[in-house]
Amino acid sequence: MSRIKSSFSNLKASGRAALIPFVTAGDPAPGITVGLMHAMVQAGADIIELGIPFSDPMADGPVIQLACERSLLHGTRLLDVLDMVAEFRQKDQTTPVVLMGYLNPVEAIGYENFAKRAKDAGVDGVLTVDLPPEESEEIVAILTAHGLDTIYLISPTTSEARLRHICDLGTGYLYYVSLKGVTGSAALNVDEVAAKLSQVAQMTDLPLAVGFGIRDPESARAIGQIADGVIVGSVLVSKIAELVTQPDAIASSVSSLIADMRKAMDA
Amino acid sequence: MSTTEQTAKQSLPDSRGHFGPYGGRFVSETLIAALEELEAVYDKLSKDPAFQEEFDRDLAHYVGRPSPLYLAERLTRELGGAKIYLKREDLNHTGAHKVNNTIGQALLAKFMGKPRVIAETGAGQHGVASATVAARLGLECKVYMGAEDVRRQSLNVYRMRLLGAEVIPVTSGTRTLKDAMNEAMRDWVTNVDNTYYIIGTAAGPHPYPKLVRDFQCVIGREAKAQCLEQTGRLPDVIIACVGGGSNAIGLFHPFIEDESVRMIGVEAGGYGLETGQHAAPLSDGRPGVLHGMRTYLMEDDAGQILDTHSVSAGLDYPGVGPEHAWLKDSGRAEYVAITDHEALAAFRTLTQVEGIMPALESSHAIAHAIKLAPQMRPDQSIIVNLSGRGDKDIHTVAALDGIEI
Repeated sequence: MSRIKSSFSNLKASGRAALIPFVTAGDPAPGITVGLMHAMVQAGADIIELGIPFSDPMADGPVIQLACERSLLHGTRLLDVLDMVAEFRQKDQTTPVVLMGYLNPVEAIGYENFAKRAKDAGVDGVLTVDLPPEESEEIVAILTAHGLDTIYLISPTTSEARLRHICDLGTGYLYYVSLKGVTGSAALNVDEVAAKLSQVAQMTDLPLAVGFGIRDPESARAIGQIADGVIVGSVLVSKIAELVTQPDAIASSVSSLIADMRKAMDA
Repeated sequence: MSTTEQTAKQSLPDSRGHFGPYGGRFVSETLIAALEELEAVYDKLSKDPAFQEEFDRDLAHYVGRPSPLYLAERLTRELGGAKIYLKREDLNHTGAHKVNNTIGQALLAKFMGKPRVIAETGAGQHGVASATVAARLGLECKVYMGAEDVRRQSLNVYRMRLLGAEVIPVTSGTRTLKDAMNEAMRDWVTNVDNTYYIIGTAAGPHPYPKLVRDFQCVIGREAKAQCLEQTGRLPDVIIACVGGGSNAIGLFHPFIEDESVRMIGVEAGGYGLETGQHAAPLSDGRPGVLHGMRTYLMEDDAGQILDTHSVSAGLDYPGVGPEHAWLKDSGRAEYVAITDHEALAAFRTLTQVEGIMPALESSHAIAHAIKLAPQMRPDQSIIVNLSGRGDKDIHTVAALDGIEI
């Protein structure tokens, strides 16, 4: 069983939702990331989404864009991100790691090369933000052949026909974008999300994780009650941005945000 | 069948927006519904005679089409080779070819009932053209413009504000056109219910490259008819500058099947291709994915998009419309690069010899014609797309001369 699958089934058995933090690899410096990943797991993270920095993160808001810029200042490459995962895996063989990013850096090293190296490094799944199912046939076949899950986004505007298609193609879990907008947007309507999730749940057995707009323990708790996973990104990345000049404080500060959410979700 | 014949015979893009391996729709799921809606509306309206009639009427009476095809006699004489004809898109209302597209897309916004339009702009010509049509139709208009371009093109910024548009300087990334496009996409995905995104060039996710091309094809259709009327035959060469490539595809597309016509796109060579400081992805880039399309890009070996350089803000873009990528690979069109220095020299030449001040973008096309014409015979002809007028660039040129205006 894949790490993602067993993670969700263990959580389900204990009646809990997955807490899935997102950070951009190499933000604010490459040396920070692996320690931060371990600290997040300690604080209650179940799965880690690790952002591949890209110069033009079109679907993200200013918070993630700036994180990419901070990371790229150090020249962080996709291969460096894979090295970080490999280093993380030396001490943690159970927590799933999902790479999230844009297609171009992946294309630059080649799909086959990427899939092989990602698998070797201990990556479990890949979410390519700007790769909708229509364009993803080739890469999905390669990722699948290497035992990597392909995680797709679904959004409030995704039609029913597309939803069925995505449910068929996706593996690992589905990432439901809870609102119209980019990452870091405000305002989350829990009732609307719940309605859409129950519609999707009828079409698939895949776990449903919700991201965008979750910024505090209360919203994490509310989403945790209706979804299989709670994805939190911009609020963590904002904290990292605040602490750029005190990098030693990043792991503990981000962890304490995660611990608060975990506590609210499990209460 | 040769590749060129295939290019000519196939109707591109295919139903998924592909021009060969290029184009497509590489966007987040959050934008798919909006693009599907736009595609469906455009498919319907492009076959609707009433829509076409309104578009043609606006082009005639608001833009002032047809634009002249002008024989540059003195320039031709001085160069001593092929006859040089200028397609005078600079004489359009708002001073560039951009308005052909904004008229068309504003009509789409109107038919779709969207009260708000947004646009990205580089040199500001597309921003001005968008603000203009928004003013005319009473639509709210927000224009995203790289902070660096806001500085370079202050005149156009003020024009947009006078027209009632809000200009948002974009400070992320390299602060130029690509970053403005990122921000416009972000706005669109957030406000998709009431907002139409007027993309300014034949690039971006499907169906934009197709619909922008279709709206700009009026350039090539007119040029072909005017050339036949004035010379009795087709031109030997047609030349246009290529940033995103909308003026070039507008000129080229109606000539694709006329295989005797050589088509040359001119990219921004900046300080020279060998310096890496340029904006010429077709000349010195490789295929990748950016802004919703697969196309040639300026990128490093890790797939990060590179900072580009051109004296001309409108060409300062690391990608190019996907149909140009396909025309390059298929060999139907050629792409060359002209440096800042050569473009500025051409700007002066045309100004002094013909009394026509070209935009710095268009000056790149002029510069290549100046190189090519003397190698051709006097019975041959070149059409250069004079895509915009140079008034907006006077500050840039003066600053290079050390003159403060």
